[in-house]
Amino acid sequence: MAALTLARLQPKLLAPIELEIGAGELVFISGPSGAGKSLLLRAIADLDPSQGEVLIDAQPRSLIPAPEWRRRVGLLPAETGWWADQVGAHFAISPAEPAQASAMATPAGAVDATPTQGGFPDEVAQVKGDQLGITGLARLLARLGFQSDVLDWDVQRLSTGERQRLALARLLVNGPEVLLLDEATANLDPSNRAQAEQLIDDYRRQRRAAVLWASHDPDQRQRLAQAAGGRCFVIEAGRLQAESPA
Amino acid sequence: MDLISLSLFDLALASGLVLLLAALSWRLHLGIERRILIAAARSTVQLVLLGLVLKVLFATTNPLLIGLLALMMLSVAGWEVMARQRRRFRGAWGYGIGALSMFLSSFSITVVALTVLIGVTPWYQPQYLIPLLGMLLGNTMNGIAVALDGLTRQTWEGRNRIEAQLLLGATWSEAIADIRRDALRAGLIPITNAMATAGLVSLPGMMTGQILAGSPPMEAAKYQLLIMFLIASGTGLGSVAAVWIGARRLFDGRHRLRLERLRAARG
Repeated sequence: MAALTLARLQPKLLAPIELEIGAGELVFISGPSGAGKSLLLRAIADLDPSQGEVLIDAQPRSLIPAPEWRRRVGLLPAETGWWADQVGAHFAISPAEPAQASAMATPAGAVDATPTQGGFPDEVAQVKGDQLGITGLARLLARLGFQSDVLDWDVQRLSTGERQRLALARLLVNGPEVLLLDEATANLDPSNRAQAEQLIDDYRRQRRAAVLWASHDPDQRQRLAQAAGGRCFVIEAGRLQAESPA
Repeated sequence: MDLISLSLFDLALASGLVLLLAALSWRLHLGIERRILIAAARSTVQLVLLGLVLKVLFATTNPLLIGLLALMMLSVAGWEVMARQRRRFRGAWGYGIGALSMFLSSFSITVVALTVLIGVTPWYQPQYLIPLLGMLLGNTMNGIAVALDGLTRQTWEGRNRIEAQLLLGATWSEAIADIRRDALRAGLIPITNAMATAGLVSLPGMMTGQILAGSPPMEAAKYQLLIMFLIASGTGLGSVAAVWIGARRLFDGRHRLRLERLRAARG
């Protein structure tokens, strides 16, 4: 659980930004393409150089090593990147402790959870600190509509939507305390989008994660912000302002 | 055995073959006749000049002049490495990474070879130093140019895959590890292949030269082996240095990929 604070953070093209997102809060940003939504998210994740400071639970970013910062403040970029041939190889990067024996020993039948069966697998997460075991990953994938054999799939043959959903799973299994989402559901069909929205919502509530979501879909912003009591901002002329209700 | 001296007429005949090649290129619309002719003319002028310079150097064994010539060879090689990059580092790095890596590898290995292995006195005796350094520089230059080009080009094209790894908490070194490995491998393939086929398919240049000059074949073979080992280690060391410095330069202290430190080569 973590709150995110932007203290006069100044990404490229934008005026300095003051913004506080509480633990478990949902905040949307929108704006015309090229306004700088992605640049803002990249600046927060420390992927682009920026002026100013970002704090996670009052810890300044400048005092946290960059790799650790990016694990804790997880960005899902609009365009996902894949560096290995098979899907499964992309889930092994977190320098996590190896999955615990109990999780490894879970019989295969128990791994095969159906999407309707469970909520977000946070009981697993609590047992193992912030790392999800094999069970957690399988359930996460199931909630996004994948069988666990997806890990053997060839990345080249994935559709854009599949890539987006798998990138979300890859990010969440890393256990970030803050989520930065850049058009997280832009390429998904309605049913997949609903699944992804639900998963993100569960993650936000159960982990009390601050979520900053760039979305160009006004309907999605309104619907989710209303349900979660979230705020909406818009980037206009290089400034971040509260979005006037449509 | 006497060395048969080549006459100007012999060389003119050989150059006729190059002219024939250029004519063929022109006839077949290959479009490289100009480059062939310019390269041939360049090598003529450069080698004749080198012959003249070496003649003077051999007569004097002046360390200052030898150092000057070595420095000139290095600076030209550095420029050549840069010229072969499609994506170059901005600023002094573009020239510096290649030149520094070549300096580190070629010069140190040449000095080791002259002092420890061959044992020439004085060690800077130009008859040994200049050809050795030339062969080392020429080969490391190729290796480093290929390796660096692979590094910068793949990084430029692989921005998404690198940043995806960074975003999940990888360090800069982890995020570029596979590209770095690929680049190094590409740089080392030519010399590895040369060693593998030496003597079976090709008679390496140096051995050929010594045999033509009348050396016993076994002596020529031993020298060739020495040179090949030196070249392989020099190319390896130089490529490792260049790729390591280059990869580091592509990221900053906060493990951010800084592609703006590269620029496209003109043309």
